[in-house]
Amino acid sequence: MFNEKTWDLLISSFPKILEYGLKVSLPLAMIAFILSTILAVFVAMAQFAKVPVVKEICRFYIWIIRGTPLLVQLMVAFYGLPLLGIHSNPFLMAVIVFTINEGAYSAETMRAAMEAVPIGQLEAGYCVGLSYMQIMWHIILPQAFRTAFPSLFNALISMVKDTSLASSITVVEMFTRTKQIAGQSYNYFPLYIEVALIYLIFCTVLTFIQKKGEKVLGSYGVRK
Amino acid sequence: MALLEITDVHKTFGDRQVLKGVNLTVNKGDVVSILGASGSGKTTLLRCINFLEYADIGHMVFDGKDYELDDESGAHIAAIRKKTGFVFQNYNLFANKNVLENVTLGLTAGRKIHRKEAEKKAREVLAKVGMSEYEEYYPSQLSGGQQQRVAIARALATDPEVIYFDEPTSALDPQLTGEVLQVMRQLAAEGMTMIVVTHELSFAREVSSHVVFMADGVVVEEGSPSQLFENPREDKTKEFLKVVG
Repeated sequence: MFNEKTWDLLISSFPKILEYGLKVSLPLAMIAFILSTILAVFVAMAQFAKVPVVKEICRFYIWIIRGTPLLVQLMVAFYGLPLLGIHSNPFLMAVIVFTINEGAYSAETMRAAMEAVPIGQLEAGYCVGLSYMQIMWHIILPQAFRTAFPSLFNALISMVKDTSLASSITVVEMFTRTKQIAGQSYNYFPLYIEVALIYLIFCTVLTFIQKKGEKVLGSYGVRK
Repeated sequence: MALLEITDVHKTFGDRQVLKGVNLTVNKGDVVSILGASGSGKTTLLRCINFLEYADIGHMVFDGKDYELDDESGAHIAAIRKKTGFVFQNYNLFANKNVLENVTLGLTAGRKIHRKEAEKKAREVLAKVGMSEYEEYYPSQLSGGQQQRVAIARALATDPEVIYFDEPTSALDPQLTGEVLQVMRQLAAEGMTMIVVTHELSFAREVSSHVVFMADGVVVEEGSPSQLFENPREDKTKEFLKVVG
């Protein structure tokens, strides 16, 4: 099966597949990850601060998103949003769905990390004359981020792979591109192995970055 | 003139009555030690007057202004906290900030003082507590005694009217206790108004101007150190001094 022709195909298709990984899959994951983290901070804060009503809305949001599959959420957005008169390109739609999906999970990660910050940090903040929001910004969130960092990064690594699901709503990302090439050559198996390896490379690089990041964040040694 | 006058503070946790009508008057320049067994309510009292807990009822006059200890607006609470310092039993230094930042944060963020000026002030108070060499250190890199001295510097930096100390040496071994008490002695000598919840009888006896003995949520006896330590009137006070002294 792995004859010379197959090797040629693998070599010639590698840059084509990689291109869509770098141009579509990674940007999709990165943008959605950044937006979802911002969303998660707000959702986590609303719950941490026990803001009435908003807190309930946040719980409802998390309940819905965590209780339904990502693939179904993509489909609902793809067929549902146009019904509401919202037409956007598939990439943007994927960014929105991934953001909302990941936001729900990361919000729980952030909430748990915020609750893990000792209450004395909050009290000390009050006692030196800081407002609640100042304590959040200067004390609680930085410490919570440090705790949440490995979990959040884990989520990013998952998302890089989950971007392949965007193919279901016609986003031409790395996996779709592989399918196209495979379809032209009728040589599916080696190409799927190839794209799997590229995902693996992406995630290996991210894991390396995570380790570096943890070291940097660990410089003040909160946990002994 | 009384800086601080607390009347009839009550506080329950669940069905446990921790404070059963406490009154206390503190004058400017006083060093008031509050003594009492664990569970006598002394820490709760301190937390109530800085609004870390809400009392069930209770009234306070601070610096000529009235405060309800059971229900006070956020703005008033914020305002009074800018005039007070608080030193915790377990230090509670900001774990993500170094020593210098720990001291300046209340000035830069809390009081909108320019960073350069805040750092100047911070260096001044860090020198006072003997922690000048440790500006760049993070709390986890310091001993308990060093952390507590930084915490005192953090309280001092904001030029408070009064500093509340909640068992400041209870988490420290005797040697480290000594270095913290030394700093507190110095503050007392400089005329800082202090309310100190403590188990350190020798500190209470030698440094304070006024000693309050609490038991079961009430003030049993108060007076000058010599009066309370040498001629206690109440049986409960005698009992306590016999056991711990």
